[in-house]
Amino acid sequence: MEEPSMPLATFKGGIHPPDKKELSKGRAISNTKPPKRVVIPLAQHIGAPCKLSVIVGQEVKKGEVIGTPEGFVSAPVHSSISGKVIAIGEFPNAMGRMVMSVVIENDGKEEWTSLKDNPDYMKLPPEELRAKVKDAGIVGMGGAAFPAHVKLSPPKEKAVDVVILNGAECEPYLTADYRLMIERPQDVVEGLKVLMKILGVNKGFIGIENNKPDAVEAMKKAASGESNIQVCPLEVKYPQGAEKMLIKAAVDREVPARGLPMDVGVVVHNIGTATAIYEAARYGKPLIERVVTVTGEGIKEPKNLMVKIGTLVSDLIEECGGFKSEAAKVVSGGPMMGFALYSLDVPVTKGTSGILVLPEEGVVHAEDFGPCIRCGRCIDICPMGLMPSMLSVLSEKGFYEETKEYNLFDCFECGSCTYVCPSKRPIVQLVRLAKSLVKP
Amino acid sequence: MDKAKKEHQLTVSVSPHIKSEETTSRIMWSVNAALLPATVMGAYFFGPRAVFILAIAIIAAVLSEYIFQKSLNRKISVNDGSAFLTGLLLGMNLPPSVPFYIPIVGSFAAIVITKQLFGGLGFNVFNPALIGRAFLLISFPKLMTIWKEPTAAFIQFDAKTTATPLGILKEEGVAKLMEMFGDNITLYTQLFTGHRAGSIGETSSIALLIGAAFLLYRGYISWHIPVSFLGTAALMAWIFGTKGALFTGDPIVHLLSGGMLLGAFFMATDYVTCPSVRKGQILFGIGCGFLTMLIRLKGGYPEGVMFAILIMNCFSPIIDRGFRTKVFGAKKEIKESKK
Repeated sequence: MEEPSMPLATFKGGIHPPDKKELSKGRAISNTKPPKRVVIPLAQHIGAPCKLSVIVGQEVKKGEVIGTPEGFVSAPVHSSISGKVIAIGEFPNAMGRMVMSVVIENDGKEEWTSLKDNPDYMKLPPEELRAKVKDAGIVGMGGAAFPAHVKLSPPKEKAVDVVILNGAECEPYLTADYRLMIERPQDVVEGLKVLMKILGVNKGFIGIENNKPDAVEAMKKAASGESNIQVCPLEVKYPQGAEKMLIKAAVDREVPARGLPMDVGVVVHNIGTATAIYEAARYGKPLIERVVTVTGEGIKEPKNLMVKIGTLVSDLIEECGGFKSEAAKVVSGGPMMGFALYSLDVPVTKGTSGILVLPEEGVVHAEDFGPCIRCGRCIDICPMGLMPSMLSVLSEKGFYEETKEYNLFDCFECGSCTYVCPSKRPIVQLVRLAKSLVKP
Repeated sequence: MDKAKKEHQLTVSVSPHIKSEETTSRIMWSVNAALLPATVMGAYFFGPRAVFILAIAIIAAVLSEYIFQKSLNRKISVNDGSAFLTGLLLGMNLPPSVPFYIPIVGSFAAIVITKQLFGGLGFNVFNPALIGRAFLLISFPKLMTIWKEPTAAFIQFDAKTTATPLGILKEEGVAKLMEMFGDNITLYTQLFTGHRAGSIGETSSIALLIGAAFLLYRGYISWHIPVSFLGTAALMAWIFGTKGALFTGDPIVHLLSGGMLLGAFFMATDYVTCPSVRKGQILFGIGCGFLTMLIRLKGGYPEGVMFAILIMNCFSPIIDRGFRTKVFGAKKEIKESKK
């Protein structure tokens, strides 16, 4: 294997799946056609669903609140278009669950509630900036969709001294964060500065996998005037972008098992989240659109699209020229941790980083797996230092309680073990099964 | 493409949605391929009889697996190459002169008793080929210890009966061995090329090392077991190898004779029966090396590789438990709770 001249920051374990980013990395972010209608779920984040604040027939503007947060761990939901609420009810989301959603028909007027440019946003006190992030409904846009303002409100006993922006984008195929770093590096840096100001932190890092040297360069240039922001090239290895692995690589701190980044004084946000935070701080713009990479061997024209939240996946497929004949599986998110869609009539949400259309040849069918041959590959590569082979065997045989002895709940389901398994065992699936049947 | 039609065909499954190209059968067939150089050398030195024995062993192993699975209505897995590998390894561990029924009995013991009755691939406690060989050695002690002198490829049919280098070492000492081969250099060269009496596939060190290099390069085996196995054996051979004197033994003779290389690279590294945690594999290898030399130097048999690996196989599960990997962030957690 080729070794770079200087060892790059990384973590122990991990895998090297083909990155497939060439399919879409050259495509600049473009706008989609205005969607005819959007389906906006009231629960797009981890935490309590929103309380509905519109009624059927009501006219709404772009950016108008349609769901108000309930509880602290929650985020408001806004209309992503201007138009009329035509239905409210339970609609399927990408995970296949039915969630209360608001359907809005586009009137084509693109009318905003109010957007005010405040170039002096950096002079605002941290409290006010945090409130802007909260009101904008910003959640982690890397996929987990954890409300951003919660991460920005550390309890007093946890002294945070580092903010890391996650530009690893270690999932194969996805290029949404890459395009943001290439096209809007300044906004990313501004977002990081807002984050640092809110948290009162002096050290900012931007971690980027080294298969994106142009993004590293762009970010270095954009951050050149900022002495307390450092761009950190990382070894190309999945799951480099997992929070704990990123923290280990960038600042060499080990988040305790079952702990949070805050426990080691770190807050991590994704690149997309940082740009949304910048826009919220400066313009008061709520999170109503995001970059989505539509890619894969099964789609005619891979693209990076600026997509209104609530746009249906079927619209995006059409936007990209439709399926090729070999299309067999559609995934929301990346190929390692994304969700396979059973229907294309599900909406893009705040956490949707990509829509991936995979061809038949890449699809491994569940019934084809064999016995564990104890080769130890999964143990070698598990970034969490677990023994996935044991977890899978115990779960398969119904010894669910015993899986806890093998640290079942430390698994964050990155899928590396399942990727390397020569017997094609559905290890992640067996882990999830065990997790659903035992208490931590 | 018609969208509605397409939607009915969408595949839904749990992540990850991409998988590596590595498969169990690719690994097994690669190990078979890695044994090819040693097999060819075995055929070269021991003639058509050796090829015949190898073929019988393989056919018997594959057929045993097929018939067993067929009769129990289980999924037929003979294509995965593991039964073929067991047959090949068993054949390579047999003296070239054994009668035809020996490999049949051995393969049956290996596949049916050791592997399938324990649940098939992945569930066997012991290395199947080695149990097959142990079964034969105990049941047919005479037949299993008649050794033929190597001959030059397919020409000479009535090779003389002789003893293996390890046998000579055991019975008559290193001086006799030197006398037979001439000098050190000739002895090492003969051991290295494989021009010596022994089991069909164990004699040619160079051929085994080529196959092992291939497996290491492809990542199908790791260094942990072979290095700790051979290192421990070499150390013991050096320290205790000469009767009555310490630190004067000849580790090279010990490493290059008997089934040491075949065992260390191809048998002890069997995924199913060795520990799967790397640190544990080192302990496993040390155990194999130690027991091999203990048997060679103090036991009743001239060769100890087979029993050493089989004994260590018993410890694999407990070694894996003892060397359980440390969870990311676990150290911190302990500190935290102490506070």
